[in-house]
Amino acid sequence: MNIVNILEEIEKVDGEIYERLSPRRKAMKDFFSMGGKIAAAAMPFALGSMFNKAYGQAAMPSTIIDVLQYALTLEHFEYNFYLRANAATSLPIPAGDQRNAIIMIRDSEKKHVDFLKIVLGQLNQTPVAEKTTYDFTASNTFPDIFTNYGTFLAVAQAIEDTGVRAYKGRAAELKGEKVVLTAALGIHAVEARHAAKIRYMRRLNGATNAAAPAGATTPNNLTKPWIAGSATVFNDLGVSAADGNYGGATKENNIVHAGVTITSLAGVGGNIPYSAAAEAFDEPLTKNEVLALVAPFGVS
Amino acid sequence: MENSIIKTQEISLVEEKFLDKRVQRRSFLKYAGAGAAGIALVAAGCKRSDHSSLMDEMPAAGVSFGMGDVGILNYAYALEQLEAAFYTQVINSKFGGMTATETALLTDIRDHEIAHREFFKAAITAAGATPIGNLEVNFSTIDFGNRASVLGTAKAFEDLGVAAYDGVGYLLKTDAYLVLAGKIVSVEARHAAYIRELLEVNSFLGDQVDAYSVNVSKTPLEVLAIAGTYIKTKIDPSSLPTS
Repeated sequence: MNIVNILEEIEKVDGEIYERLSPRRKAMKDFFSMGGKIAAAAMPFALGSMFNKAYGQAAMPSTIIDVLQYALTLEHFEYNFYLRANAATSLPIPAGDQRNAIIMIRDSEKKHVDFLKIVLGQLNQTPVAEKTTYDFTASNTFPDIFTNYGTFLAVAQAIEDTGVRAYKGRAAELKGEKVVLTAALGIHAVEARHAAKIRYMRRLNGATNAAAPAGATTPNNLTKPWIAGSATVFNDLGVSAADGNYGGATKENNIVHAGVTITSLAGVGGNIPYSAAAEAFDEPLTKNEVLALVAPFGVS
Repeated sequence: MENSIIKTQEISLVEEKFLDKRVQRRSFLKYAGAGAAGIALVAAGCKRSDHSSLMDEMPAAGVSFGMGDVGILNYAYALEQLEAAFYTQVINSKFGGMTATETALLTDIRDHEIAHREFFKAAITAAGATPIGNLEVNFSTIDFGNRASVLGTAKAFEDLGVAAYDGVGYLLKTDAYLVLAGKIVSVEARHAAYIRELLEVNSFLGDQVDAYSVNVSKTPLEVLAIAGTYIKTKIDPSSLPTS
């Protein structure tokens, strides 16, 4: 297989091949094909200039800007949360793997902040600023947030899971936007990786799953890397202050998707059990639901 | 007389197939865009030796995903079939030393993938379209008795699944399907993170993110070039949308 052979062969049946390969002709459509050749560090710059080419400076769709600013608002909050946690001498994060994990997530959130700021800047928008102060106790709901490691990890889990739900909730507003939707989905997946890591850390520390079957014993009663749910429990964190993080218009124990009831489908040795049906799908939160959840932390 | 009629029919049949081939090449090109990896997947672009006939140059027939959103749903259905088949075998023939926690969580993952698989089959049918048939898998390169082989393959499948969903989100035209892809891809990302942690602590992001900690995405051709190793059934992705 040889690229010259391919082009020769294609040219015989498609005289316009070289024109089709021109990046200018399909600048937006082919962005990611070309993206592979652009150094990763230069990505947001290329992304911004792509947008300017595609839309011109005046006609940037306001929905895209609004979603990007919303995402940046949440990323500022997440980054500052981990920044404060790592700096808090009163918070006993165990040295080694756990401390390193929290540092990795902090740095990952920082990269999301940087990415979104650069993209918005390239689009001639003023990126929304981080708040001067955040109230990580959420108006004293979690007074020991930076003194009790268990509280900190539980809140981190809720924040990460909420971040995943927040990106998901606005995906449809970016429909068809190859560049920005793909980037948003890419951040969405990373938030899910963070969430799974935090959940797994909590599991290893003995945290329990509030949606586990009654009477379940170790290891079947422990927090899972995915959001668990049962017919009666939508908040597997089991802290009522987080009901909104796992509830909302579409709760995390939802088992009906596109009109299909997952528990009516065949699984192993019977239909798919409720727990697996609930776990297999994460659910979105709307913009208003998310903003109401983060408001007590001083996010707006 | 009869002979010449047959001959004419044969010729028009050949022409028709030639036309087909042109169409397939065009869509392949459109599909591949400017910098496609995984070109090896599609035989149509290969230069053949002089003695090969038109028939030889025909792209190998394969399972077609269909067009538009249904095509993407069938593509996802194919990947979920692969994952579900893999974890079914993982649980049916556990590697030595699989802990109780690993057994519980790998069984969860099996059931999630089965839920995804059965969901796509039902959703495609509900949309008035035809789901692809059952794909035949080929796991001959996996040693199911060996922890490293199983978890290494699981990592590859989960990371691939995340990159695959992220890579086709922009092609979906229906809001509900786009949100559904989102509902599933974050669960695949959770699987990926967990499997990675089993292999190496704090590898939950690893090489799956770029310099801005954005998860990588892959085109269907890139994905199928990798997944194809494990799928015996021939697949023809040329009908998938490209924009």
